[in-house]
Amino acid sequence: MRLNVNGRDIDVDADPDMPLLWALRDLAGVMGPKFGCGVAACGACTVWIDGQPVRSCSEPVGGVNGRITTIEGLSANGELHAVQKAWIELQVAQCGYCQSGQIMSAAALLAAKPDPTDAEIDEAMAGNLCRCGTYPRIRAAIHRAAAIAKAGG
Amino acid sequence: MSRLGTITRRTLLVAAVAAAGGVAFGYYSYRKPYPNPLDGELGEGEATFNPWLKIAADGKITIIAPRAEMGQGIHTTLAALVAEELDVTLESVTVEHGPPGHVYYNEKMTEEGPFPFWDESLFANSMRGAMGVAAKFLGIQGTGGSTSVRDAYERMRLAGATAREMLKDAAARRFGVDAATLRTAGGKVADPASGKSFGYGELAAEAAALPPRDVALRERKDWTLLGKPQKRVDMPAKVTGAPIFAIDVRLPDMLHGTVRMSPRFGAKATRVDLSKAGKMPGVIKIVPIETLYGSGFGIIAANTWAAFKAAEAIDVDWGAAAYPPDDAAIAARLAETLDRRDGAALRDDGDVETAFANATPDRLIEAAYSAPYLAHATMEPMNATAWLRDGKLDIWCGNQGPTLVRQFCAEAAGIAEEQVSVHTTLMGGGFGRRIELDFSLYATLLAKEAGGKPVKVTWTREEDMTHDAYRPAAAGRFRAAIGADGMPVALDMNIATPSILKSILSRTFPSISPGGPDRLLSEGAFDQPYAITHCRVTGSEADLSIPTGFWRSVGNSQNAFFHECFLDEIAAKTGLDPVQMRLKLMADYPVAAKVVAKVAEMADWATPPPAGRARGVAFCISFGSWVAQIAEVSQTPSGIRIEKIWCAADLGTVLDPEIVKAQMMSGIVFGLSQAVSQQITFADGMVQQGNFSDYDALRINQCPEIEVELLDNAPKMGGAGEPGTPPAAPALANAISALTGKRIRSMPLNREIDFA
Ligand code: FES
Ligand code: FES
Repeated sequence: MRLNVNGRDIDVDADPDMPLLWALRDLAGVMGPKFGCGVAACGACTVWIDGQPVRSCSEPVGGVNGRITTIEGLSANGELHAVQKAWIELQVAQCGYCQSGQIMSAAALLAAKPDPTDAEIDEAMAGNLCRCGTYPRIRAAIHRAAAIAKAGG
Repeated sequence: MSRLGTITRRTLLVAAVAAAGGVAFGYYSYRKPYPNPLDGELGEGEATFNPWLKIAADGKITIIAPRAEMGQGIHTTLAALVAEELDVTLESVTVEHGPPGHVYYNEKMTEEGPFPFWDESLFANSMRGAMGVAAKFLGIQGTGGSTSVRDAYERMRLAGATAREMLKDAAARRFGVDAATLRTAGGKVADPASGKSFGYGELAAEAAALPPRDVALRERKDWTLLGKPQKRVDMPAKVTGAPIFAIDVRLPDMLHGTVRMSPRFGAKATRVDLSKAGKMPGVIKIVPIETLYGSGFGIIAANTWAAFKAAEAIDVDWGAAAYPPDDAAIAARLAETLDRRDGAALRDDGDVETAFANATPDRLIEAAYSAPYLAHATMEPMNATAWLRDGKLDIWCGNQGPTLVRQFCAEAAGIAEEQVSVHTTLMGGGFGRRIELDFSLYATLLAKEAGGKPVKVTWTREEDMTHDAYRPAAAGRFRAAIGADGMPVALDMNIATPSILKSILSRTFPSISPGGPDRLLSEGAFDQPYAITHCRVTGSEADLSIPTGFWRSVGNSQNAFFHECFLDEIAAKTGLDPVQMRLKLMADYPVAAKVVAKVAEMADWATPPPAGRARGVAFCISFGSWVAQIAEVSQTPSGIRIEKIWCAADLGTVLDPEIVKAQMMSGIVFGLSQAVSQQITFADGMVQQGNFSDYDALRINQCPEIEVELLDNAPKMGGAGEPGTPPAAPALANAISALTGKRIRSMPLNREIDFA
């Protein structure tokens, strides 16, 4: 079957029941989305399908039709996305394992709500677990990314 | 010196032999006994100066940071130690974990022994020195105990400084001048007289062949990198989803796998039918696994999903548990242990029995506390990739002890250690879990069956959560006698918990039994700087063979909860202010008193919080760091909300304030997570939790605002990775008690109260 990942068509030979996450990681070699729980409980595997954040561990690959964006496809023309810039500026990541998922969720939030409130951040990000406890910096970095994006960066 | 009597002869003997060894070998061989592991793997044009540094002819500088990067920022700070003396920026160097090597032994990890960190007696200090020497002779390269920076502080600066001087010596020969007239900056050695310079790369081969000289380290006031926040060297990779973790390893023709191990520890399969699982699409082979860590089955498949499905499909019955099989039986075992009253008292001041015999009942407080088993639940589940071909094994894994991985995997593969290459990747969390060897061993055993192909073995979250080396459960019975001024005059704490060290040895070196008293049983309670005239803290070892291990802050993670909540109960009973009571008790320990005073100032403790809110305070010194925290909570319609945590920490000299603050924040969230909801429970000998749906951690919507300040009064350097954790749970429980009047004495707190 054919997947469109970060603007590229990739043919994978997958059982349609296989979660998108494993098709991406094991078959297509796209390693940005991470395996954390396999049951949509941690957000580490978050990718976008047609711009909407989904938990790829719980999405059978056979049912995926849209364009998939992973963290590898987030930055355009070699320039980092505003969320990634803010993440570096505020030194958010610790172990980093949850962060592809955090960043994909945060970038989707900002696409929908360019200047989110704390309550909107809570709602959009509560599904993304971070065992290193980087939440205070994640919250600050989302606000910072909103400012960077507004300033055209 | 009452503690002297409690140290067994065996411990003294080991220390004495080690100390004698150190003396006999002399300082030089003590410092440089092991070969440089980089010698064997230099690239084209590369030269190595010492085990921490390689410089290539093209000027590329590689610093080896031989400690596990699990998120704590250690690669950045270790690299800064070398870079500071080498006069290069962190942006201009590459930082690698490097190969395993005994030369990277961790001197501080075994050092602490049965003494409080603040015990400066000659006896305590000579024991510490002896244990450090012993660590060198054992040569274990390990990350843990919040020791990495303390251990590397001198060694890695020396590595940079000696290399810098060797580069200057080489340049001096070329310039024909005295090396002392040369200057280093920006990766070059410059001759101010001629205005000419040579890049480090041009000098490297020549310089590395010169003998190292004795060199003085730079003074703190001259530092340009250390003591200032650095941009983490791992940050760009971590915000772009780069394949930096063991689970991201990809190799040609790689197979995938998983394991299904007995859910009852130590039990084996009593009946198994592999026919269904073996026929599932993508399955290549199912192999039995038999190790000291556990028995079960490994599945080799074409992809991870196929391996997971087949593991689930294995039809198997497992043997019975050889330990108390459920929570009630575990609690009973802990209670029996407390009843025996035969544990070692690492603190036994004054005359506790007489003090209690003389106390009237209205001046007595008694309470019973408990804490459950806990899983590490690192974000990245356990995994490793192994490749065995032509008598050589390569293994990729995130691990906290590469020399042990090499040793154990060599044995499992049936080859010599020299034939094993351990590639230590960045880790998606460690918290003590990745010092264990199970995931590396299982991958090695599957690699033996993979026909010379590499195999990546990934555990499901359920397998990971049900096969951990858990933070042990603990129970305590405490009593205090109160003086006329409301202050405690006598404190008696008896804590029962299984021995983590024995558990670890039983699955690694089963022929060794640990000697001497085990500080882990009562650390966080026996070693706190409070002056109480009659004070006894006993650690009673419970016989429970459920596997336990080092969980961020180890014994402190439950004992600080016990100790600091019980102190709060004393203050509540006598109407004393909990901050003032602590300040009085720790008057002899100004470093402690200053962090408590500081956190009280940060939280404006003297001004009561607004209606519907309350605060609680807690203190703990652990891993050499003095940490006080105040929690503020509020009541909301859906339950208790943790509004804010203030934290004052004194680690002495801090090398990177932002990284240390991040570690405190991280430790606090880790501690709050255990306090609010985490518990591993047992039924029929099996762990009942399997995923984040029933073993969760704090989420962003529950995470309080956190404010951290660092003080610098401590004379000795403390650790950063763990000391943020212990005070968080008791500060929260104390705040809840202040708000609701409900004293919760067992974790997790959500058994008794709802959280928003
Ligand atoms: S791995 Fe998909 S949500 Fe956890
Ligand atoms: S940074 Fe480690 S889990 Fe989030």
